[in-house]
Amino acid sequence: MVKLDETPLPGVGMRYDFDSRSGKRVGVITHRDGRREIFVARRDDPDACAESIVLADDEAEAVADLLGGSSVTRRLETSMQDIQGLAMDWLPLPDTSPFVGQLLGSTMMRTRTGTSIVAVMRGQQAVPAPGPELTFERGDVVVVVGTAPGIRQAAALLRGTP
Amino acid sequence: MPLGQLFLELGVVILALALVGRAAGRLGITPIPLYLLAGVGLGAFMHLGRAPEEFIHVGAEIGAVLLLFTLGLEFTSQELRESLSKQRNIGALDLALNFPPGLIAGWLLGLPPMACVLLGGVTYLTSSGIASKVLSDLGRLGNRETPVILGVCVLEDVAMAVYLPVVAALLLGGTLVAIGVNLIVALGVFALTFFLALRYGHLLSRALNVPSDEALLLGVLGLVLVVAGAADLLKVSAAIGAFLVGIALSGEVADRARRQIEPLRDLFAAVFFVFFGLQLNLAQVPDVLLAATLLAVVTAATKFAVGWIGAARAGVQTRGRVRAGATLIARGEFSILIAGLGLGLAPQLGPLAAVYVLLTALIGPVVTRFDAPIAAWLTRPARPATSN
Repeated sequence: MVKLDETPLPGVGMRYDFDSRSGKRVGVITHRDGRREIFVARRDDPDACAESIVLADDEAEAVADLLGGSSVTRRLETSMQDIQGLAMDWLPLPDTSPFVGQLLGSTMMRTRTGTSIVAVMRGQQAVPAPGPELTFERGDVVVVVGTAPGIRQAAALLRGTP
Repeated sequence: MPLGQLFLELGVVILALALVGRAAGRLGITPIPLYLLAGVGLGAFMHLGRAPEEFIHVGAEIGAVLLLFTLGLEFTSQELRESLSKQRNIGALDLALNFPPGLIAGWLLGLPPMACVLLGGVTYLTSSGIASKVLSDLGRLGNRETPVILGVCVLEDVAMAVYLPVVAALLLGGTLVAIGVNLIVALGVFALTFFLALRYGHLLSRALNVPSDEALLLGVLGLVLVVAGAADLLKVSAAIGAFLVGIALSGEVADRARRQIEPLRDLFAAVFFVFFGLQLNLAQVPDVLLAATLLAVVTAATKFAVGWIGAARAGVQTRGRVRAGATLIARGEFSILIAGLGLGLAPQLGPLAAVYVLLTALIGPVVTRFDAPIAAWLTRPARPATSN
């Protein structure tokens, strides 16, 4: 697990960076207006940026997808703003999930993560308020409600990496 | 005057500013001192008619109002509280090192006491506009020393919240007792505004926060001008009234208002700098040149020290410390603004501040560009010691 440093930049936004194994500091700045900036520090002067690239919203999303980043946490940030302390997210069930073909009850989601499954999206249809007897299928999207850390745990649980 | 001629003259002025702004971008320096120079040039070579001159005057006042309003908007943020707790010491050092030089210089120049207080403000305030622009344009936001620079700028904004009511009270003048009463009243009004903004700011913000961007812009601008106008009628500076409105707005409405007002502010602030330049009496410049140069050199050194120490405390290496110090050197919009408040007290404050801002805005980028050799030079005495 990478240790991320979080530094507020007053008037600009937030900086997240870490010392990569390749020896350079790498980071992302989230601007208040939604732009993202990626930067890499110089080797001879580790306090300074060698290069930084500003990405628009859609570009940042494309790069995140390429890197296989978690779209979960990113979406969480936006939904978090709606209600303090309560988050909701759509978690796509990965094909490799151990719960494909298993009962919803077998996830023990509420006991393990404190979040509730409020719906399952299947194709164009939604199954609202599913009971523990519902069987997960490939391509399901699970809608969960709970605290933000709980939802991160839920996503990990569904991936099979709790 | 026919409308056509008014448009023509205004258009020429604004086009000149656009050219100056592009040149500044090319040179990698901030346009503010160049706007001042453009104003000086316009005053010397082009004779504006009465109507454009009046328009520029009013525009300049609006620019001052909007500059302080957007400064006030920055206020209610969470970031401010965090900076306050983390970088309080460096903020105090900044104030202790950079306010007295102006104050003392004013005294040495024989200015009236209130003008000295204003000159202290002129030398104290780093241009947060210039600093943040330099940082983002040169891709230095990710640098380790950057939070220190931004933190110092934020803390200066906090100091402004105490300084401005003091200035407002001092400018009202009168006997010593009257000044004291005014001071208490002004500080009381500011404290009350803070309290109301923290307690009930969300109500005002909610009332102004309409879905339509247009309605929001008009609502906010209208409120700012009404309060600024009322403040002016009460003989408090209009810009200080606008600062209060900025403080009172918070949350989403502050974010949206900032985005909506910014283009307007940029336009009118440019007009403000031109007007300041226009007003300058060139004949006075030689008289203040020596004082301004000395002041610029001394306060460049003191600001540099603040950045250096702040960055060092954040664990930044020598080159980063040099960059932090150099970025803080440039004074700008707020120095001019504060000098503008005191033109009635001491006319020489105008040219002094203009030359001073011009010099610091030039020194800053030059020092930043040569960060590597300067860092090597500054650590030179340490080197033989370590190699032995």
